[in-house]
Amino acid sequence: MPTFEYAPAPESRAVVDIASSYGLFINGEWVDGHGTTFKTVNPASEEVLADIHEGDASDVDLAVKAARTAYSRVWSRMSGADRGKYLFRIARLLQERAREFAVLESLDNGKPIKETRDVDIPLAAAHFFYHAGWADKLGHAGLGPDPQPYGVVGQVIPWNFPLLMLSWKIAPALATGNTVVLKPAETTPLTALLFAEVCQQADLPPGVVNIVTGARETGQAIVDHPDIDKIAFTGSTGVGKMIARSIAGTRKGVTLELGGKGANIVFDDAPIDQTVEGIVRGIFFNQGHVCCAGSRLLVQESIAEEVTRRLQRRLATLRVGDPLDKNTDVGAINSRAQLDKITQLSEAGEAEGAQRWDNGCPLPDKGFWFRPTVFSGVTQTHRIAQEEIFGPVLSVLTFRTPQEAVAKANNTPYGLSAGIWTDKGSRILWTADQLKAGVVWANTFNQFDPTSPFGGYKESGYGREGGRHGLAGYLKGSN
Amino acid sequence: MSSAPADAAVDATARARDFLGVTRLTNAALTTWLHGLPGVDQVGCEARAAGLGTRSIKNDSKRWAIDLAISMIDLTTLEGADTVGRVRGLAAKALTPDPTDLSTPRPAAVCVYGDMVAAAKEALGDSDVKVAAVATVFPSGRASVPVKLLDTKDAVAAGADEIDMVIDRGAFLSGNYLEVFNQIAKVKAVCGAARLKVIMETGELVTYDNVRRASWLSMLAGGDFIKTSTGKISPAATLPVTLIMLEAVRDWRDVTGEQIGVKPAGGIRTSKDAVKFLVAVNEVAGEDWLDNHYFRFGASSLLNDLLLQRQKLRTGVYSSAVYIADDSPSTAY
Amino acid sequence: MGARLDVRKTYKLYIGGTFPRSESGRSYEVFAAPARAGATPRFLANAAQGSRKDARDAVVAARAAQPGWAGATAYNRGQVLYRVAEVMEGRRAQFAEEVRVGEGISPSRADSLVSQAIDRWVWYAGWTDKIAQVAGNPNPVAGPFFNLSVPEPCGVVAILAPQESSLLGLVSVIAPAIATGNTAVVVSSKDRPLPAVTLSECLATSDVPGGVVNIITGDAAEIAPWLASHRDVNGLDLTGSAGVEGLAWGELEASAAETLKLIVRPGGAGARAEEPDWAIEPAISRMTTFLETKTVWHPKGR
Repeated sequence: MPTFEYAPAPESRAVVDIASSYGLFINGEWVDGHGTTFKTVNPASEEVLADIHEGDASDVDLAVKAARTAYSRVWSRMSGADRGKYLFRIARLLQERAREFAVLESLDNGKPIKETRDVDIPLAAAHFFYHAGWADKLGHAGLGPDPQPYGVVGQVIPWNFPLLMLSWKIAPALATGNTVVLKPAETTPLTALLFAEVCQQADLPPGVVNIVTGARETGQAIVDHPDIDKIAFTGSTGVGKMIARSIAGTRKGVTLELGGKGANIVFDDAPIDQTVEGIVRGIFFNQGHVCCAGSRLLVQESIAEEVTRRLQRRLATLRVGDPLDKNTDVGAINSRAQLDKITQLSEAGEAEGAQRWDNGCPLPDKGFWFRPTVFSGVTQTHRIAQEEIFGPVLSVLTFRTPQEAVAKANNTPYGLSAGIWTDKGSRILWTADQLKAGVVWANTFNQFDPTSPFGGYKESGYGREGGRHGLAGYLKGSN
Repeated sequence: MSSAPADAAVDATARARDFLGVTRLTNAALTTWLHGLPGVDQVGCEARAAGLGTRSIKNDSKRWAIDLAISMIDLTTLEGADTVGRVRGLAAKALTPDPTDLSTPRPAAVCVYGDMVAAAKEALGDSDVKVAAVATVFPSGRASVPVKLLDTKDAVAAGADEIDMVIDRGAFLSGNYLEVFNQIAKVKAVCGAARLKVIMETGELVTYDNVRRASWLSMLAGGDFIKTSTGKISPAATLPVTLIMLEAVRDWRDVTGEQIGVKPAGGIRTSKDAVKFLVAVNEVAGEDWLDNHYFRFGASSLLNDLLLQRQKLRTGVYSSAVYIADDSPSTAY
Repeated sequence: MGARLDVRKTYKLYIGGTFPRSESGRSYEVFAAPARAGATPRFLANAAQGSRKDARDAVVAARAAQPGWAGATAYNRGQVLYRVAEVMEGRRAQFAEEVRVGEGISPSRADSLVSQAIDRWVWYAGWTDKIAQVAGNPNPVAGPFFNLSVPEPCGVVAILAPQESSLLGLVSVIAPAIATGNTAVVVSSKDRPLPAVTLSECLATSDVPGGVVNIITGDAAEIAPWLASHRDVNGLDLTGSAGVEGLAWGELEASAAETLKLIVRPGGAGARAEEPDWAIEPAISRMTTFLETKTVWHPKGR
């Protein structure tokens, strides 16, 4: 009997047109950067996709000046209704060009087309749609009768959800009346640059959105710029702390969405099949490059073996490979540096005595890949239970009582996300109350929505993004 | 002879006692067991089913899947207006699904009412196409147990290879699991060599928790297949319901070593839908179930759509229903 | 017989519901505000001079008290805060006298400030069971999910109480922090600590569980850096950094960045810190800054 083979079902690359080189998008125009150039590669093949200009401090200064001028002459004088209309236009343009964005994102980031097509791009458009409607209703947001924007906002975003993080940043900033200087991550600049084209198609006034590509120094130049009124950052806790230090003693506003080590708690009465799906979604979605990943699985001891067995069986059906193949479940690791980090932490897990297994799937010859991996027999003191791996690696721990589960879940400086799996309603509510985490998914995981605030406790950051709470981060004195 | 069926039913009860670890099989024991099965979260289950539905099947895989799907069809006519002529037509279609391409596989079975078994059997001759008969006062099942057993025996006597019975949904929904169990066991006992498909009518059970419980109860009572629907109630065979049933047979085999079949029936009309079900079979139960001994589609119009797609793959051009010979053709032409 | 010799009060710290002296054994002289420039200051009392170790002990007490205080019903917290107002009302003469001599103002002005301070407790007592309704909300996500955002206290908040407004300002920074379920470690005004000590005596007798508010008298310039860097502190109110010699609030904020504490910056503009006007109705940001928002998702299914 033949087995069920899935023939390759690649999404066509023909919908995207990648230039050989990209400048910076400042004041509505493409300009050359004064820094060096760097290359962005397809992590699934190591093919160079384009040369990218690096913005230096003088470029950042130009961008801030453009944003300031746009703020004082145009954007702050425009009615909320008209600002909203620009955002609606952008939302529609993202929908119209969704396939192009999805393919480009998969090429530049390495994430499966299934996710860019069904999650990243639709959610990015939804964020613009949601915030568009707020632009002329800010007085109703419960943040004071006439809340005021900061002015010029500097935004630095990560590589794990490039366009989605851009939309989380730009949509609320523009809706609340701020103008923006945004730096995409150096390994994933392409969809942000395509977004600049969308701004042009939308006839967004020049300078309202400025995209300055570059690496850490470019980001630092944005953070340090004296004429920036507020910083919004998503990325590592380490960089988040540096930003918090940089702005200390100034009157700059700040929101930070940082790392996590999310606990996914499975009680013995969990709806077992959906739980296994939730565990998989929790850690293997987007190759585990998710700050809110359910990277620590806490299973009640009485069902730990069963859960592990079911998880192993489920992992055997995960398909790892070409991100543009519509049947790919797990794509490429975003960069060699990230792959090295995942590899190193996994080796530490083995060295510390945890039992490692992976699904044994074949991996492509070129590119950056890591098999979906699970460590069982992990304890709280293991590095793989404490440090954010940011890859497709799950640490499995056990607990005996709800109190123990909660104590272990909270035993971390992070506090971004957590999961609860049980059929008992009162236990869900009790557990959710106890967890120190900004987002708690009960009997589900990794759900996102523009109306739903996202962000963490403790070292997972400041502020929330999305929903009514997200507006506060862009309005002076309202947080 | 007359005591043999009773003995078989007694055996099912003994096996169930053993399985549940109780000295007497009571409704309370069954309730405790069934209600102790893990719950099903509706939203998560439906999301998983939708996820399986996004698999993209192309080229050789599609060719293979279409032939497999054809071979899994229980080609069905269950109308009050059925005649011997209609059944013969259906049988002929089963024997030669596509006269323009004799390499086309045959469906697994023809599924008819009990009084049409003889006609179907005669038309199919000694081919490998089986005859399945619905029984136990299909589709409602609202009759006394002796009548249901007589209905079954009648079909078996007429030569049915397979019996598709309906469970007593009223008993199930009122919590009388023992009655449901006993009826299945008794019907199984009179099936002889015929394989028993247990129709749960999932559209009437409504919740996925009920589907899971009914699946386990049906397997415990001796069903060879668990089947979604009669086709007379909507919703019939949905992908999430089938997913629950595939999980049930998978887990049942883990526990007992016994492999039970699954038959979604009703509402599956297109090749695209059929392929989604096969993906689910492959990824949830596993490839051991990718065989018509363990997976069936209860359908009528599905066959023609599979044939259309098969012709498209063979010729490279989109086909038309007028190129699909059928004894009850589409009225659109 | 001459006039009765009065019994003077010993002014101590308030940590974990008890009144210890500073572990350092130090005290410092507190004087009345000079009636006019150049006048010899009048000695009022020796206040305990809190140390970094007192601050450390206070954080331990605040941490221990936090789950219980946050776990109390909002209704209960409201009643407790209202009780503080009641108890203060009974000691208003003492407060008024301490505010008058400490701040060098008229008796009627001092009386007015005491009234406002008491009323501020009443205002926040009313907030305890409303803040979650105002700062939380259901979110209409595009899917079959119940989704609710609720505010929660961030944990332990270190507060630099204002240097000038020794009672109204003090109450205005403590009450918002604890109304929502946080516990607090407070460094009082250095030169005007007496109302803070008297307030701690009210707190101790008004059903506020021990450890919920801990008050350290002394020099913020000495103690604040230890609180700003303390890894078991979740929030930092820098209001009282205004007017403290040798204390740059930016440095405290930078230090707090190591564990990403939630921050209330001092009033003023740029690097300059100014004490706010305590007479106006406070913004709710004094509460919301020390809240985390938790969003819970659950599927809706049959």
